[in-house]
Amino acid sequence: MKTNQTDTSIIDKPVIEIKNLKKSFGQQEVLKDVSLTVNNGENIAVLGKSGIGKSVLIQCIVGLLIPDSGSIMVLDENVASLSRKELNVLRQKIGFLFQSGALYDSMTVKQNLVFPLRRIKKDLTEKEIDEKVNDVLENVGLADALNKMPSQLSGGMRKRISLARTIVVDPMIMLYDEPTTGLDPVTSDEISSLIKEIQKKYKTSSIIITHDIKCARNTANRLIMLSDGEVFKEGTLEDFDNSTDPLIKSFFQA
Amino acid sequence: MKKFNPVIKVKGFATKHSITLSEKTLAKKEAASNFLTDLADVMLFILRIIRETFSRDFEFREFFRQCFQIGYKSLPLVSITGAIMGLVLTIQSRPVLINFGAVTMLPGMVAVSLIREMGPVITALICAGKIGSGMGAELGSMKVTEQIDAMEVSSTNPMRFLVVTRVLAATLMVPLLILYADALGIFGSWAGANIKGDVSFVLFFNQAFSHVHFMDLLPAVIKSFFFGAVIGVVGCYKGYNAGRGTESVGVAANSAVVLASLLVIIVDMIAVQITDMMVK
Repeated sequence: MKTNQTDTSIIDKPVIEIKNLKKSFGQQEVLKDVSLTVNNGENIAVLGKSGIGKSVLIQCIVGLLIPDSGSIMVLDENVASLSRKELNVLRQKIGFLFQSGALYDSMTVKQNLVFPLRRIKKDLTEKEIDEKVNDVLENVGLADALNKMPSQLSGGMRKRISLARTIVVDPMIMLYDEPTTGLDPVTSDEISSLIKEIQKKYKTSSIIITHDIKCARNTANRLIMLSDGEVFKEGTLEDFDNSTDPLIKSFFQA
Repeated sequence: MKKFNPVIKVKGFATKHSITLSEKTLAKKEAASNFLTDLADVMLFILRIIRETFSRDFEFREFFRQCFQIGYKSLPLVSITGAIMGLVLTIQSRPVLINFGAVTMLPGMVAVSLIREMGPVITALICAGKIGSGMGAELGSMKVTEQIDAMEVSSTNPMRFLVVTRVLAATLMVPLLILYADALGIFGSWAGANIKGDVSFVLFFNQAFSHVHFMDLLPAVIKSFFFGAVIGVVGCYKGYNAGRGTESVGVAANSAVVLASLLVIIVDMIAVQITDMMVK
């Protein structure tokens, strides 16, 4: 399978820089010491067993969770030191794809897409908003779903619409929380292709949280494996393929 | 044969009971601590609502949508409840008033009962069931399916968009629903009076409102605003702070109804005491 590590559009300038991140919930230490860097234009996949703290990691990046210690620099801003207003400005540059899709049940597909657009891109006219919505829906291959309710969509369609909602505001960074979980292999491949397309078309840098090795192979330029609350291994797909470590082998041979 | 030692017996008895006592004390301490934590959480939640209400960028569109949802969509339920309330009260009171030879007092008695107490409390309890459970379930399911988090990461303040609009809409709509239920209750009462008697609509209303004074209406309207606020705050608090599992949606909806209903009764008791002191 083709690897993506030789992508020339990646610039060696970090957009996300995490150092010694720690996060506990009560007595349970989830992240013990996590440090990682995402370069401009790069897709990295974060692998690891369920419950290891992968989702907690990206929730800390957007300020949904507050870390116990360590620093998170996103686009040269220290997330911990930002006021609520400054954090909202930073969040406008970050797209977050939730595991469940998190589409607003009470709104149609169009309203779901217009909702963040009206709040983030306040200078757009109604015509420009409509054009942008139609454009992203065409990009995810669901132009005809404009007036449907989320309850009328299949799991794969919900993921695509959710993806459309995150890219409609032109984010610089994308955070994908298990984008292919619960989908059939064909739809999973389609979502993986979309992630690659988004990287190319919108020039985004991404963190893809997954335990789907196929998705990681298709989308990531670099892989990071978490184990026991720490970075267990970091490297290219070849490094992981050639590893003799039993944990990595068990993942890659599954 | 083992020798009986009273000191060891007493020591054993004392140790056993002191452990039981200390366990009970610790359990009570934990329960008290949980209660105080919950109370502090509620206070902080209310303070946040007040702060967000007076902040810029008020969500007018969502506020009007909620007014429609809470007010207009509750009309059928409140209409039936209000009309039946007046009808039943009339049918039940009529024989007693006939015995006392005071059947002409029927319209006035029903109007005062409905406006001062029965209309506000019963309508508020109905609203606690419909609106409170709706808010608890809706916000609870939004929490479980990460919709609130999605709102937060798209630079929208979910407290301002979801909670403030709902609490204000409930505070404004519940008093209007109560006044509407009162009016329908008096209409139902007229219908009830005509089942076994014959009284004209105009005469019935004239008699009813000749007994109603401004001080009957004012405290009822004021407490109605508090009923609305209580229903809104409890529904939103329970939904917004629901757990992560699907089970928590049911728990949030259920506890919202129970707590809101209980608080409506408590607020009513306090309002009655205050009104009583003011009238004296």
